[in-house]
Amino acid sequence: MLDIQKIRADFPILERTVNGKPLVYFDNAATSQTPTVVIDTIVDYYTKYNANIHRGVHTLSQEATDAYELARKKVQSHFNAKHSHEIILTSGTTHSINIVATGFSALLEAGDEIIVSAMEHHSNIVPWQMLCERTGAILKVIPMNQDGELLMDAYDALLSSKTKLVFTNHISNALGTINPIEEIITKAHQHGAVVLIDGAQACPHVKPDVQALDVDFYVASAHKLCGPTGVGLLYGKEEWLNKLPPYQGGGEMIDQVTFEKTTYAGLPHKFEAGTPNICGGIAFGAALDYMNAIGFDEIAAYENELLAYGTQKLLEIEGLKIYGTAKQKTSVISFNIENIHPYDIGSIVDKLGVAVRTGHHCAQPIMDFYNIPGTVRASFAFYNTKEEIDILVEAVKKAKMMLS
Amino acid sequence: MSIRELQEEIIDEFAMFDDWMQRYEYMIELGKSLPLIDEKYKIDGNIIKGCQSKVWVHAEMNADNIVFTADSDAIITKGIIAILIRVFSNQHPQDIIDANTDFIDEIGLKEHLSPTRANGLVSMIKQLKMYAIAYQTQIN
Repeated sequence: MLDIQKIRADFPILERTVNGKPLVYFDNAATSQTPTVVIDTIVDYYTKYNANIHRGVHTLSQEATDAYELARKKVQSHFNAKHSHEIILTSGTTHSINIVATGFSALLEAGDEIIVSAMEHHSNIVPWQMLCERTGAILKVIPMNQDGELLMDAYDALLSSKTKLVFTNHISNALGTINPIEEIITKAHQHGAVVLIDGAQACPHVKPDVQALDVDFYVASAHKLCGPTGVGLLYGKEEWLNKLPPYQGGGEMIDQVTFEKTTYAGLPHKFEAGTPNICGGIAFGAALDYMNAIGFDEIAAYENELLAYGTQKLLEIEGLKIYGTAKQKTSVISFNIENIHPYDIGSIVDKLGVAVRTGHHCAQPIMDFYNIPGTVRASFAFYNTKEEIDILVEAVKKAKMMLS
Repeated sequence: MSIRELQEEIIDEFAMFDDWMQRYEYMIELGKSLPLIDEKYKIDGNIIKGCQSKVWVHAEMNADNIVFTADSDAIITKGIIAILIRVFSNQHPQDIIDANTDFIDEIGLKEHLSPTRANGLVSMIKQLKMYAIAYQTQIN
């Protein structure tokens, strides 16, 4: 059992008010809040050992380098990667996907097929469309049903010897669906295809084991895991990271530079051109320590309780419809109320101190699928409470009354 | 009335409200009650897409003034459109070009004109100004 009041005390922002009301923060799927231990890590870095890494011989640079590389090892251990050099620290999920999508320009030919799911965030669609434009590869889409579950028979039918790449999210940001990535990966491998899993939404709720999954690439962002913005990871199997060309040229990523020819550094530095987000990387490590100390099994169990309670309470509101009713889902509730625009609900509940997301959640194809302009999305984290869900429900009722 | 006089009038109206809820209820009423655009102008060519809500804007000249009509799929956005139309429609293009929208801050609706809201209103105001510039160019 989690001691929620003790956990809440770790997050200073939860004490603030919004529009005169206590903050109820239910936009965790967009970004999670930051515990004091992570804030302290950031302050500590700039207070005590801010320096550029990997090149200085002076003490500060050495300390910063050690801390940054320790963070990489923490990420490696968290995701159970075989080698620490398989962990590329990036600016976030979008950056990570772009490294792979750009790299595959050199590895695909016209007529090759790549497969995406119908429930992706735009950042796991657009880089691949750009890849198709560059190479003449063809984008295929795994459809979903009304509950927001992928149609795996259709996936089977899409796979062929032409399939080179498959990329889906682990968990949908707009619907909360947990996708059967084990099956997706195994089947793709049977056809010789490479798989990238977008774990941005999954990582706050589950602890992926990249070796057990046998996934080729796994990407995520620190800021959804109680870490800072502007840092994330690209996990790639060593063989694939070696096959991909560098994404950006610059300092840090080179072995030898002459005007005739430059040779590139080995992993992970080949993909880490320029001065990285040093402080962010170190704070990412602190965030993983914090989450692991609480325990992902405990987090998932408690969030499932919140999901069940929130679903039940919200459905008591007449005319409310939930989008994303997959059997396997995380603590995300996307909903609309009949004849009311999500923007209007979001605007009013904000006035009542409740932070939810409204709009298309960067997943327009999902909104088109349901033929809606967007949804209101409440996403719960392990520091939220049932009492806060009650406040949300009352706020939505109030909004409904004002808008009907 | 001039644009400034209309803005002052609206500021006075909103001064009567004690809290945000009354302001919002008034805007929702405005959004619900007014026919703001002829259906035939609710076409893709007139649409301003925000991430959150859609806005349609149509403009035409009536003598020396521009008449704006507009609509939105979200009612609060539509309420704000009603206020903007009241201020900017039936005005001379040059006056529209010279006007600002600071009065929206004064009536406590500033957050809806923030670009981060992506509700189409910021683009709508730009569009009103663009129409005014275009018509003013024709006059000149």
